[in-house]
Amino acid sequence: MSDFEPKIIGFLCNWCTYTGADLAGTARIQYPSNIRVIRMMCSGGVDMVYVMKALLEGADGVLIGGCHPGDCHYQSGNFKARRRVAILKKILQQLGYNEDRVWLRWISASEGKKFANTVTEMVEYLKKLGPNPFKYTGNI
Amino acid sequence: MKKIGLFICHCGSNIAGTIDIPEVKKFFSEYDDIEISDDYKYMCSEPGQKKLRDAIVERGLNGVVVACCSPRMHEITFRNAAVSAGLNPYKVEIANIREQCSWVHQKEKDKATKKSIDIIKTMIEKVKRDEALQPIEFDITKRALVIGGGIAGITAAVDIANAGYEVVLVEKRHSIGGKMLELSETFPTLDCAQCTLTPKTVEAGRHPKIKLMVYSEVEEVKGYIGNFDVKIRRKASYVDWNKCTGCGLCQEKCPSKTESEFDHGLGERKAIYTLSPQAVPNKPIIDKNSCRFFREGKCRVCEKVCPVQAINYEMKDEVIEEKVGAIVVATGYEILETEKIPEYGYGMYKDVIDGLQFERLNSASGPTAGEIRRPSDGKVPKEVVFIKCVGSRDPEKGIPYCSRICCMYLGKHARLYKHKVPDGQAYLFYMDIRSFGKGYEEFIQQSMEEANLLYIRGRVARIMQEGDKLVVWGVDTLSGRKVEIKADMVVLGTAVVPSKGATELAKVLRTATDEYGFFNEAHIKLKPVESMTGGIYLAGCAQAPKDIPDTVAQAGAAAAKVLSLFGQEKMVQEPLIACVDTDLCSGCGVCVTACPFDARMLDVDEKISIVNEALCQGCGACVSACPNKACQLRNASPKTYMAMVDKYL
Repeated sequence: MSDFEPKIIGFLCNWCTYTGADLAGTARIQYPSNIRVIRMMCSGGVDMVYVMKALLEGADGVLIGGCHPGDCHYQSGNFKARRRVAILKKILQQLGYNEDRVWLRWISASEGKKFANTVTEMVEYLKKLGPNPFKYTGNI
Repeated sequence: MKKIGLFICHCGSNIAGTIDIPEVKKFFSEYDDIEISDDYKYMCSEPGQKKLRDAIVERGLNGVVVACCSPRMHEITFRNAAVSAGLNPYKVEIANIREQCSWVHQKEKDKATKKSIDIIKTMIEKVKRDEALQPIEFDITKRALVIGGGIAGITAAVDIANAGYEVVLVEKRHSIGGKMLELSETFPTLDCAQCTLTPKTVEAGRHPKIKLMVYSEVEEVKGYIGNFDVKIRRKASYVDWNKCTGCGLCQEKCPSKTESEFDHGLGERKAIYTLSPQAVPNKPIIDKNSCRFFREGKCRVCEKVCPVQAINYEMKDEVIEEKVGAIVVATGYEILETEKIPEYGYGMYKDVIDGLQFERLNSASGPTAGEIRRPSDGKVPKEVVFIKCVGSRDPEKGIPYCSRICCMYLGKHARLYKHKVPDGQAYLFYMDIRSFGKGYEEFIQQSMEEANLLYIRGRVARIMQEGDKLVVWGVDTLSGRKVEIKADMVVLGTAVVPSKGATELAKVLRTATDEYGFFNEAHIKLKPVESMTGGIYLAGCAQAPKDIPDTVAQAGAAAAKVLSLFGQEKMVQEPLIACVDTDLCSGCGVCVTACPFDARMLDVDEKISIVNEALCQGCGACVSACPNKACQLRNASPKTYMAMVDKYL
């Protein structure tokens, strides 16, 4: 398992976490290259279907990054994301998935270090967990 | 056929030092839909942009991906370059291979190269699906509505009107000036409030561009930024103001008296009355609740004495419709109601008064003509206790916030009291002294030293009447002792709360208030003047408690926001907003509740949801809420995201 490199899809909100990820770059904070980022306008715009799709297609983990509670650029998008992720995790549990493959984190535009740490931590966690066993080869 | 150009930037060695650019370039040279795969040392430089422009023209590109720094840096640069070469700007996407790749994986060159290829692949998927979009333009009705005729509303209205735009200034009471007109003297300079304010009320009253609508309330607001339709109810005054000359004879002869609201119950007024001697407009109304004719059916004295026959007992409310493009909310504040503070006997003991009542006592136009006489027996009080933070900073009373003005005005009151009663003693109970503004700390220090005020750090537990004295029980937390003062009068610095009806008005305006009822700003630091609803701006205490300098500053800022809207020929909106696939929409309305900007509504006839393009901010909350995927963001559809996920895995 030592050479297993998990694949992580990151759905990051444009205003906070995506900018925080940019800041990690500007500050040259190094983190594993396992994450592939998709820039969303708001974490509230992340449809859980995208997350399911990523998991079914073989992503080992999905990171959703939003603004801290109360800081949403669109007032309440991150709260919507929080509720959706909670429901998704319930569904994953019932399907026998490990719901800890989906991480929701509040990372602000000033938290480049936190973004890098989160990715590092997630990679380590997923390495321990092993590859996603539910990779689905069809299409949804 | 897709003809996409890929341009990879070296960014000096920032990208090229980590990522193997020749390999990336080679990988994409044979890639589907890629017409040209090119690279340059600095794509953002003029030669780099020229490369992009030339390729668009020469190769007939219909999409461009620039792999470079974050889109937050140069997306706009390359979109503008594309426009100058004749390509729609929304067909240009940025692959962020610097901030989110080369800079963060400097020690893993192979992996970074692989990751940059992945990032570019997804952006190609996006460009393939991007549509050429045009900015959305709207006409703007260049008239403003200002709600509230206090110092905030007056300032905003005059600023907008001076720039040449018409303003409708609506005030609930029957003259403008608001709370400031009730004040005696203002901190930190102790200049008379009327002297500073009346030139402004007069200016607002006679400004050719200001339509003053007093004794009126906003009843209905429809539409959106740039185009609001407003219904305003003008309450029946029973006096024809077109005829009335403001001579005051009716007020003089009216036989019915009642408590004056302007003097906060300390003085009397007639049933037909103007708010103050300096009222703008100087026209009276009849208060039906105290008028003998309306109560008992006979009297008609005012009608008899009016030299111009202006009295009209049959007058009805009128609803007036106005079209405006922007709204400034300046509805001000009230102070906490008496029943909320039973331990201080406020409302029970006559000589326990609030700050605004003290202002009236001290005002030359007030019930005592400016002499400090206590309400119960008219005696000059020799021992006066001033208490700060009454209700405010008190989570148990539901008001954890600081009212921001009480420290200053109670210091001012104590000093003014000492000016008028030099042998009197003023005690001030305080939690902290918050004298943050310009000249404020100096004012407090000077008051303490010159006027010999006694500041006691601690709170008051109870106030009881004992004979003609008020016994004040408090604690001095610095010495740790109990304090008992036999006072002649007590002045309470009661909490500032939102004006009555603010929550209802917020509903009419479809904008939000906070948990206390103050209007919510769009962003507490960066958009303190904008409300959450486009085209609606906030000024003064409607947003949160503040002093006069801050209120005037915010009102000016609100006016500037209105003017920057009116300065545009047309309102231009980014087209990256929501749209509806009408074939898929079932009209369930989930998007309507999901939208934080009130930009979604149901078309009742067609049974589908529609997007108000002026209000939509493109957050995508409706997209993820829509069960049918009928809601989509332009150029960011679920299919695009699915394809991007696909390319990553």
